[in-house]
Amino acid sequence: MPRHKKPKLAVWKFTSCDGCQLSILDCEEELLAIASRLEIAYFLEASKRTMRGPYDISIVEGSVSTPEEIKRIQDIRSNSRIIVTVGACAASGGIQALKNFRDKNDFLSLVYATPSYICTLDTALPISRYVPVNFALQGCPINKGQLLNLICALLEGRTPNIPTYSVCVECKLKGNICILVSKNAPCLGPVTQAGCGAICPTYNRACYGCFGPKETPNATALASELKTCGFSNADIARVFRTFNPTREEFYQIGRQYERSKKSD
Amino acid sequence: MSEAKNQTKTIKVNYLARVEGEGGLFIKAQNGKVKDVQLRIFEPPRFFEGLLVDRAFTEAPDITARICGICPVAYQMSACQAMENACGITVDGPLRDLRRLLYCGEWIKSHVLHIYMLHAPDFLGYEGVVQMAKDFPQEVERGLRLKKVGNDLMSLVGGRDIHPINVCLGGFYKTPTFRELLEFADKLKQAHEDAIKTLEWLSTFRYPQLERGYLFVSLCHPHEYPIDRGKVISSAGLNIDVSQFENFFFEKHLPHSTALHATHIDADKKERDYLVGPMARFNLNFNCLTPTAKYYAEQLGLTPPCTNPFKSIAIRAIEVLYAIEEALRLIDSYHAPFSSKMPITPKANNGYGCTEAPRGILYHRYEIDEQGIIKVAKIVPPTSQNQKIIEEDLRHFVERYFSQGQAVLQHHCEQAIRNYDPCISCATHFLKLHIDEE
Ligand code: SF4
Ligand code: SF4
Repeated sequence: MPRHKKPKLAVWKFTSCDGCQLSILDCEEELLAIASRLEIAYFLEASKRTMRGPYDISIVEGSVSTPEEIKRIQDIRSNSRIIVTVGACAASGGIQALKNFRDKNDFLSLVYATPSYICTLDTALPISRYVPVNFALQGCPINKGQLLNLICALLEGRTPNIPTYSVCVECKLKGNICILVSKNAPCLGPVTQAGCGAICPTYNRACYGCFGPKETPNATALASELKTCGFSNADIARVFRTFNPTREEFYQIGRQYERSKKSD
Repeated sequence: MSEAKNQTKTIKVNYLARVEGEGGLFIKAQNGKVKDVQLRIFEPPRFFEGLLVDRAFTEAPDITARICGICPVAYQMSACQAMENACGITVDGPLRDLRRLLYCGEWIKSHVLHIYMLHAPDFLGYEGVVQMAKDFPQEVERGLRLKKVGNDLMSLVGGRDIHPINVCLGGFYKTPTFRELLEFADKLKQAHEDAIKTLEWLSTFRYPQLERGYLFVSLCHPHEYPIDRGKVISSAGLNIDVSQFENFFFEKHLPHSTALHATHIDADKKERDYLVGPMARFNLNFNCLTPTAKYYAEQLGLTPPCTNPFKSIAIRAIEVLYAIEEALRLIDSYHAPFSSKMPITPKANNGYGCTEAPRGILYHRYEIDEQGIIKVAKIVPPTSQNQKIIEEDLRHFVERYFSQGQAVLQHHCEQAIRNYDPCISCATHFLKLHIDEE
């Protein structure tokens, strides 16, 4: 890339709800400023103008769930200097990864009259299972502030300042009363990465873990605490298996409690 | 048309831009006659109806929200309604008003995004909003400002603008204070002006000619413009309870290619395509619009029946104006409820829900057991209902404008698809397609 040119940004969608891409269009106040600092070379949700790679930054949304997507992510990797994934789908398979735990065939026939028309992989997996990724922004959806922070950091060539501590820290900063302790609600805050601003506890609701695991979570301890609070094994399996079901820490607990479901 | 004779045209757009999700278009025409039209949707299937089985009934609003990042509230509202219906409760009074207020936020955000960022560039000849902003800076800024009001309303009532966290069965986790709502009313007043300017701007657009006889289907309520509840009605006189939906509307899994197509079976047992979304709502419920919205509609020459699909962009803007006025009315009459939610206990039962997503009616049915575990889930999103109509529009459009150059035709075809703002991410059950490399 010649230096004087604006860096080329591409935005790619894989299996997802479009919500994380939409967060880019939702940066109403900053959108035109971003567009002036970067060359938006590929962003189909926003524009039909497309430019060929190589791209300086590729933002990737969604998980890999079809054979075509495997090939496409490999092409994007070889055509991009930096790959940043956005959202739970891209970082951990997302909600559609729940299909990984089921038998594909009874699943297909539940939804489709003629399953043979469908071409899909047995699994929905994170982007990083197929290609190396430079940075992953967590959340379902991601937080706009974190996205802007990341884009600025990439433009300035510094490391993005994204916290890896838990939602609990944000709760304390907000002065919330702990929802797990005071309401006996199955809050995943202690093992979930900050970034949302602890919205759920602020709205009197237990965190359901949409930002995915924090760095070094102690999910085993939280799960046994939830057990003590009276939640069934099936309930515990379900809270860990929602929007980030394939991330190692959540996956292990999900599997363990799913297996012991019968003893409820 | 004489030079059009013996001419074969193939229009193929492998990736459609400025739609939610992924789709492509394939049209083949010969001698001025369209031989084949396929709106190809190759959004990977996400199997939501399967994923919901064995989940708790309380989880349906959060899980189904993830079907679509642009209309999550619609999914949350239809899911809540269906579960509440199964358990025998009806959310009314201030809690219902708050739900409608949240929904107004989603209508504003979704419609404005579509008008300014996805569809207007077609009418003015730009590739996207960023390119358009160079020549229309004021308009684009206005659009962004207006969209932000929708987002902010969703955040205020729902806790977050994409996949709100505050919605639950029976109501909300936390209700906003009257003061917060009053402060928000000021923003809505500014937005009201912007909405009117939007309508004035849209009155300067040139709309391609195409009039079609559609069968319109929408919700209908005796004295409200339909958003969050009502009966299912059609322009042919259908008037049914939501629980009857599946007796009159079917989804077909077509072998040739595309997604599930929904069709309506009318009283004479005839299968018919039908149209859902802003144009259907507008034509069937014009009388329930606010006086200002009616006035501006008439100024724009929009009175029912409006059957030019290209005018749907203007109808969206009318609905934005309506949603702003409705939000102001809801805030004005708001009384804080005693509790943020009604108690709800599961019952082994079937439940039905249907609400007006920005793109049209969104139907949910669940069967749950006495513990509230979901046994069966059925979701019919608006895009699968409109898909056949989009293909038919394209067929008529291409035949009418066949003699025009390929590029012009292709441009208008894409524009014609975007009339429906098809939200291809509503891929509860869209299929993967093969691209025909002719
Ligand atoms: S992470 Fe959540 S918001 Fe983002 S694309 Fe996936 S489902 Fe949508
Ligand atoms: S509190 Fe938890 S579930 Fe709620 S938005 Fe934050 S991370 Fe997501």
